[in-house]
Amino acid sequence: MTDIQSPLPGTFYLTPSPGEPAYKSKGDTVSEGDVIGLIEVMKTFIEVKATDAGTFDSYVVENEQPVQAGQVIAKLS
Amino acid sequence: MAIKTLLIANRGEIAVRIIRAAKSLGIKTVQVYSEADENMLAVKLADQAICIGPASAAQSYLNHDAIISAAKDAGADAIHPGYGFLSENANFVRAVANAGLIFVGPDADLIEKMGNKIAARQTAMKAGVAVVPGSDGAISDLDEAVRVANEIGYPVMIKAAAGGGGRGIRIADDEASLRRLAPQAQAEAVSAFGDGSYYLEYVVVNARHIEVQVMGDGKSAVHFFERECSLQRRRQKIWEEAPSATLDEATRQELCQSAVKLTRDIGYVGAGTVEYLYEESTGRFFFIEMNTRIQVEHPVTEAITGYDLVAEMIRIAGGAPLSVSQDDIKINGHSIEVRINAENPLMHFLPSPGVITTLSCAHAPEVRFDHFLYEGYTIPPFYDSLLGKLIVHGNNRDEAIAAMHQALENTTISGIETTIPLLIALAKDNEVKAGQVHTGWLEHWLEHNIEKIKP
Repeated sequence: MTDIQSPLPGTFYLTPSPGEPAYKSKGDTVSEGDVIGLIEVMKTFIEVKATDAGTFDSYVVENEQPVQAGQVIAKLS
Repeated sequence: MAIKTLLIANRGEIAVRIIRAAKSLGIKTVQVYSEADENMLAVKLADQAICIGPASAAQSYLNHDAIISAAKDAGADAIHPGYGFLSENANFVRAVANAGLIFVGPDADLIEKMGNKIAARQTAMKAGVAVVPGSDGAISDLDEAVRVANEIGYPVMIKAAAGGGGRGIRIADDEASLRRLAPQAQAEAVSAFGDGSYYLEYVVVNARHIEVQVMGDGKSAVHFFERECSLQRRRQKIWEEAPSATLDEATRQELCQSAVKLTRDIGYVGAGTVEYLYEESTGRFFFIEMNTRIQVEHPVTEAITGYDLVAEMIRIAGGAPLSVSQDDIKINGHSIEVRINAENPLMHFLPSPGVITTLSCAHAPEVRFDHFLYEGYTIPPFYDSLLGKLIVHGNNRDEAIAAMHQALENTTISGIETTIPLLIALAKDNEVKAGQVHTGWLEHWLEHNIEKIKP
């Protein structure tokens, strides 16, 4: 398992915009640099990118959940 | 029925500012806060504080029911919305009135009227205030477009009637370019929207943003002169002055009179701002919108006129008439405000929430620092990046700029990145010193002068 952490504190979004599917779902191939979510910090949206390649396992935070910098937000297998 | 207990439906520096004004009037204060704002300064300063929901503004500071319930529970008789959040939300204002509470600001109908671009433009025209010239309706014939463009003057913006979001906008500098560009815009609009008609609007080149502070009690209205806010990045003001460096006395009077006439015509109640674009090359000004709330940059007006605008709007909301007449309001010297944001100007203005480890600021009679900081406080990531506003006063503009430079050098906010290094570079800039700026100036400056920002 590889963890993907949030680079900043803020509100985490699994989807590019409301109503759309999540960026990744279980079993998806993930390349380094793939966008896996958005962090809203002070009204600015910043893309969270995978720092490793692998297979997507799961998000470990919910959509629109507040997160801390360094908090694990998703796992790759 | 003067207000006895005031609920503050906002956060950050403006909540602190409103509490200070309320206390000066002997009014009890109730501060609402989200779960992320438990430790904010306004919560500590208010007589009472009530948590209204989770960090997300949609569930707390924008939650009509939670705020109105808090007001009822606390026995508040009025709600001050500050700026942003619910300050110009007509539905909220109606709900406040229906709950039998006072909203510190105009009524819902007025907010709706001035919040609608077309209605506001028509209202301004009816009051005899110049608006940005444009075609009255949609155009689809080229010769008609040429005739209209000759009336409003070049350059003109060609905007698809059915469009939105800036798509398909073209700017024509003269008749030849209009004859070339309008058919392109028309063809593009047909294929994108199935409707090829378009509007024309005059383009104010190198516009300066000048706005007039007004206050009304429903019967009469006054102005507190103008502010200039031409230094902007992504339409966010970052440096504001009063008075404007560019207006001559005759134009100033004309501008302020037009704003106060509009304010009186609509029976305005409370603090408001009438915003204009000013065309320096011709001395013409054009109404763009009216903001029906107290604005971030109100302190520069307080600094040059000596009036407490927040206290005045609270008194008026409580039923008092204007406490001041136009003849009493005079300009004394020059004032500048800068917005200190939690952003890194050297990293594309990346937001920088976090813990304030040290805080020291300039203490001098000419300096005011409106903020919500204290050492050990954690700036949450959920709201906007404004940390505070540094305001200085000088006998003239040169003195004010020098005082601002000094005040910025004497202000330390550690633990997070701030825009102070950018503001220092601006205070040292020759074009800023000469007042040779416009609303596009700062973004252009940032592209070419990043090395002047010293971390």
